[in-house]
Amino acid sequence: MKHVLNSPPKKDGMQLVQGYPVYTDDIAPKNALIVKVLRSPHAFARIKTIKTDTAKKIPGVVCVLTWKDVPRVPYTRAGQCYPELSAYDKFILDEYVRHVGDDVAIVAAKDEATADKALRLLKVDYEILNPVLDMENAIDHETVVHPEPELFTHINVGCEPKRNIACEVGIELGNLDEALANSDYVFKARYNTQAQAQAMLESQRSYSYLDQNGRLTVVSSTQIPYHTRRILARALELPRHQIRVMKPRIGGGFGSKQTAHSEFYPALVTHLTGKPAKIVYSRKDVFRGTTSRHKMRFDITLGMDNEGMIKAIQMDGLSDTGAYGEHAQTTFGAAGKKVLTLYNKVKACKFHGRVVYSNNVPGGALRGFGVTQGTFALESAINEACRTLNLDPIEVRRMNMIKKGETTPLINMTTKGAGDEPINMDSCLLENCVASGMELFDWDAKKKKHESLNQDSHLKYGVGMAIAQQGSGLPNIDMASATIRLNDDGFFTLLTGSTDIGTGSDTAMAQIAAELLDVPLEKVIVHASDTDTTPYDSGAYASSTTYTTGNAVIDAANKMVTAIRETGAKFFNSSPENILYKDETISCESSGESIDLASFSNKIMYNMIHTQLSVTGSFVPKKTAPPYMAGFAEVCVNTRTGETKVTDFVGVVDCGTPINPNLARIQAEGGISQGIGMALIEDVQVSDNGTLQTDTFMTYKIPARRDVPNIRVALAKGYDETGPFGAKSIGEVVINTVAPAITDAIENAIGVRIRSLPATPEKVLLASLEGVRVAEENIETSSSC
Amino acid sequence: MKIKFKLNGQAVETDIRPDAFLIDVLRDLDCLGVKKGCDTGTCGACTIHVDGKPALACVQLAAKADGQEILTIEGVRDQAKEIGRYLVAEGVEQCGYCSPGTIMSILYLEEQIANPSDEEILYYLNGNLCRCSGYTGQLRAIRAYMDSKYKEVNKNETCA
Repeated sequence: MKHVLNSPPKKDGMQLVQGYPVYTDDIAPKNALIVKVLRSPHAFARIKTIKTDTAKKIPGVVCVLTWKDVPRVPYTRAGQCYPELSAYDKFILDEYVRHVGDDVAIVAAKDEATADKALRLLKVDYEILNPVLDMENAIDHETVVHPEPELFTHINVGCEPKRNIACEVGIELGNLDEALANSDYVFKARYNTQAQAQAMLESQRSYSYLDQNGRLTVVSSTQIPYHTRRILARALELPRHQIRVMKPRIGGGFGSKQTAHSEFYPALVTHLTGKPAKIVYSRKDVFRGTTSRHKMRFDITLGMDNEGMIKAIQMDGLSDTGAYGEHAQTTFGAAGKKVLTLYNKVKACKFHGRVVYSNNVPGGALRGFGVTQGTFALESAINEACRTLNLDPIEVRRMNMIKKGETTPLINMTTKGAGDEPINMDSCLLENCVASGMELFDWDAKKKKHESLNQDSHLKYGVGMAIAQQGSGLPNIDMASATIRLNDDGFFTLLTGSTDIGTGSDTAMAQIAAELLDVPLEKVIVHASDTDTTPYDSGAYASSTTYTTGNAVIDAANKMVTAIRETGAKFFNSSPENILYKDETISCESSGESIDLASFSNKIMYNMIHTQLSVTGSFVPKKTAPPYMAGFAEVCVNTRTGETKVTDFVGVVDCGTPINPNLARIQAEGGISQGIGMALIEDVQVSDNGTLQTDTFMTYKIPARRDVPNIRVALAKGYDETGPFGAKSIGEVVINTVAPAITDAIENAIGVRIRSLPATPEKVLLASLEGVRVAEENIETSSSC
Repeated sequence: MKIKFKLNGQAVETDIRPDAFLIDVLRDLDCLGVKKGCDTGTCGACTIHVDGKPALACVQLAAKADGQEILTIEGVRDQAKEIGRYLVAEGVEQCGYCSPGTIMSILYLEEQIANPSDEEILYYLNGNLCRCSGYTGQLRAIRAYMDSKYKEVNKNETCA
């Protein structure tokens, strides 16, 4: 292959590194009004009055909007295909504010200083209400986060707003009680994962203007242009055909931009004033006014026999969606279905739990999307059970994990439109990932080395591992399309609705097209994410672009080759079966004539036939094509300070065929680094009254260069027959193994188990001191006897 | 208030608000490669050189720039291109938002240490956060760039 399995640089790379103006704020009109949002200082309050007249009198203030000035239409900001599984529980502005940072008023002014001044002069009289902040107490709390009658869901997800229940999820296979009763050993433990911030370096931002036809145009740093158009139309009570959404270059997403946030405010201002408007979120706006990873708690019950065969798994969970239910059901459901399906040999398994409303900053999408949380809980429990029974965790994985060609009815039960036929995981290379990861990591040798290293030292080394999977797009839900045009001079335009958020997916799509169109990469021009001109794509989420959009590009490219041959037949006065297209040359086998693509395209456009070849392809995933990964961590714990350093991390990923191996590897390295942050450092913390204690990068630390080891990644040589050239996804699976592998390594090093993330030095030290105290008490008790 | 400073080698005189931060003034002057990532001088996306030393434009008051020499990515496009080639060859520019700031730090490191060790690279660039790449690949790219530069310099010295 000329292009696939090669690693050309990203098409936009050189412009990005030289700092050319390509991001939203760089290209916004200079005369745009500056829009700012007044945010609530209270976790739960009713706005009694807002005094706006002083602010409105400031020269340069163009508009001040409160809840009384905006349409009262409930909607969800979640970027999901319609009809969404998220509740319609948000208004642009409301009489109630439901979390610290919730929006109170919108101000538009001629410049930033004037807008800031106007914000300061808005006088809000709040009736402060009692917030519900602890998810464990949210259900049937005296405070109801959403008492409003307008809230509704399109699909029954078990939403009971009066009880603060956003949704309920239940999955069950086999007879759990029986399977547990037949187990030699039952392990139970509770695990907690924290709210983690996406922390993309470019905050949410957008600008809007009316085009020459008076239509509202919104340019936004988004992962979901098409969903944004639909959501905006509803929120603003505008017909969808009056809105255009475009996406320029994006400074990182990680799920943060899979929920619409910044778009509403400038769009509303432009709609009302006719003037261009722009909002750029500050880092505080991001922390207080957007989303983070859903905080989850899982009670795991594991039934095993003495040899390590897992008989039963129960996951009983709770998730905090905060003030609004964006992605509440889907993240929580993923924590069950994309975790339990890893262990297909169980006799029974059960996943049950609820997602609750609270007055915390909302949960949202973040790389891994619930699977990360569920994987931490289950993989930790399996590792703990192995330590208790003195079993080798790798051997236990070998015995229990899903292997090539295998399946479980759970896959049918949890995949939309799957039917009853067994869905075999024919491309699953998880077994190879574990085996080669163990070798690359040098598992046995490391363990031996640590025995001597750890003696008489306060620095203790340890190893741990975990396995994980994810999806590749959402079967029978997601949809992607691609249009390819042949231009004069023989180059192609590839139009896709997919959204490159920095991963290089535009380049990967061009590689796929160039492979089939048999042209150099530079002859495929990619234009993406413009709802007016590019075809529909559900968006950059659910690890979907390479797999779902990639397949749409294949469909379009194949159609283009057919169109070239058909038009070639007219050109040579022959029939299509006599026409060959190869190497940018169209030849007629019967007559022996041939013409190069550039001349052909010029002729059919300017001189004869008079046509431009243009085709559209599309794709809907039918079968789940999960990528798999095995992760191995080595840590060094300082027993004096509790500080954990990751000294080595090996990840072996089965992503099928990597279209661009370099870009795939960086996905893995980046995901592992983000996982290290989740395992050890990152935590969105809230005070007793719901105020965020971490709302800047000074208080919310993400891994810096010296916080991560030299991450080692290998890609298994996989191939999935449903993927483009055999590709599966890679973007999300890479974060899932990190936290459970690291916390297991910590236990291996110092005998302390951290079940609540992150494993900060304080937690590790306190837990180890607790261990010492318990040990000392035991000694005292035994000596007194 | 009016301030005068040198921006990428050119004398600039501009009228600023006394409370303006340098990043906003520079972006108004079309230095759009200076990126705002955190507003608190923590992420390094706004790294520029002030009088030859790296500085964070999002936490420096613009008034302080009076009489200073400011260098942004726009003033070092050729060097940025050279370093950038190594970054894109590894695919570690990713979203690219942190790249200009990181390159400004690499340029300073290069001035200080001709052929830095890996640890020195990590030390000098620790203030440039990147959420996409995980840093490992960036180290590979920067190592390759530094090695090639060092070889080139040594070769030239031998020839001379």
